[in-house]
Amino acid sequence: MSGDVAVVGTGMHPWGKWGKNFVGYGLTAAREALAEAGLSWRDVQYVAGADTIRNGYPGFIAGATFAQALGWSGARVSSSYAACASGAQAIANARAQILAGLADVALVVGADAAPKGFFAPVGGDRPDDPDWLRFRLLGATNPLYFALAARRRMALYGSTPEDFALVKVKNARHGAANPNARYRKETTVAEVLESPVVASPLHLMDICATSDGGAALVLTSVEFARSRGLARPVRIAGLSTVTPTFPKTVIDLPDFATDAAMTVPEPARPFRAALAYAAYEEAGIGPSDVSVAEVYDLSTALELDWMEDIGLCAPGEAESLLRAGETTIGGRIPVNPSGGLASFGEAVPAQAIAQICELTRQLRHRSGPRQVPSPNTAIAVNQGLFGHGSATLLTH
Amino acid sequence: MGRKPAVDGWFSVDPAALVGTRCGDCGTPYFPRNEIACRNPGCAGPKDGSELAPYTFSTRGRIWSYADSRYKPPPPYVSPEPFRPYVVAAVELDVEKIVVLGQVVPGVGVDDLAVGQEVELTVGTLYTEGDDDHLVWMWRPVA
Ligand SMILES: [Zn+2]
Repeated sequence: MSGDVAVVGTGMHPWGKWGKNFVGYGLTAAREALAEAGLSWRDVQYVAGADTIRNGYPGFIAGATFAQALGWSGARVSSSYAACASGAQAIANARAQILAGLADVALVVGADAAPKGFFAPVGGDRPDDPDWLRFRLLGATNPLYFALAARRRMALYGSTPEDFALVKVKNARHGAANPNARYRKETTVAEVLESPVVASPLHLMDICATSDGGAALVLTSVEFARSRGLARPVRIAGLSTVTPTFPKTVIDLPDFATDAAMTVPEPARPFRAALAYAAYEEAGIGPSDVSVAEVYDLSTALELDWMEDIGLCAPGEAESLLRAGETTIGGRIPVNPSGGLASFGEAVPAQAIAQICELTRQLRHRSGPRQVPSPNTAIAVNQGLFGHGSATLLTH
Repeated sequence: MGRKPAVDGWFSVDPAALVGTRCGDCGTPYFPRNEIACRNPGCAGPKDGSELAPYTFSTRGRIWSYADSRYKPPPPYVSPEPFRPYVVAAVELDVEKIVVLGQVVPGVGVDDLAVGQEVELTVGTLYTEGDDDHLVWMWRPVA
């Protein structure tokens, strides 16, 4: 318990393509989170911003950008960039400040205004940058890496494009009931399979889009929450941002190659699993305690990989859980009750924060038609790529 | 008409092979070439780059996975007009136990490939600019 921090406020600006400045999305989310917490901006001692690198300099110093927009108040600040795990890193920073006793009240904010189409590398000729070179020498787009993982899954476990489509159908059903989701329309397996193949075996509807959006959390010490009358706040019981262990033998974007496993044996747990199990160990719980999960479904197939990586089932069994409806709301272990990236599209620095908004609301029984029955413990996992990632455990 | 590598020092053309570096202390090979320091945390080498020497990789392996790209990627990919879909394979080299990405030679589609299939390294044209063919390493199914 002494290692816990309380989540006392959650806020989101709806995801979409709104064409506005990212700062506004962040402010909307921050104000909603503060209002839910019953706190004012002047109560915040530490603001942790999650950076966006596609919105100019204000995005690189997001913490200060949001602090200025809310009105300089003297709060301490950090700005984090960790690719798709930037939001998780901002949460980790705020949590560490609170656990160290340096702050009682912290605000975490991430927001993005996304460009259209494929994620392209930052402009200019940069022949020393692997992220530039993978486009130049291989044409290795993000969907191509997702497709490699999906094809591997098909070869190992006999997964089919129909299974992948069923993930989308399930997440679209969840997202249809989420007012913060960008895509709020149910779909069918046939519709997914009829959408154009982007990178075989993945169709357009298997791959998450990029969106505008904003999310925020108010975190406090458990003692502070109690002093404000919150006897049983939702708590962060574990949060891991571990790096991979050498040799990293699973290829992720933007890699040209894995590490060679010629001289050192592979680690017992590959990177995604290591992220989750570090959080489990920190919280002193295991996968069997989890009642709901938000996993980073950059593609439909990746949701199935994640389920196994975080221990919800044995390798190769994710499809049978999915087909049996066990990962739907009302099933044994609902996955992505928010609708996931499939329904949101990725608003990079906001996404990992949005996962915690969703799970906090689930644990408080405030999710309306999407409510998971009686959840106690929730896990959010995020793949930042480039060696970044996160796993967060929430309890109530 | 010239032929030149699209990137310097990553592969040899004749014979076709990936060129990286290898740690003289622990034996770990690296691709793309690593000249900064051996990245094996258990390696007792000096880790100042002096332990790393050029290394030519084995040229055969098995397909770990593969995928294609049906839409034109953004720059800096240099696409022919009209765009031509291409296949990328992740190949595990038996000797080095490393998985390396590469485009598959033109004319081979995803329906011609399978996980576990044996392939070998070759060199092909990535793009043509002016009078020059810019070359890159590619994977080719073993006949
Ligand atoms: Zn070494």
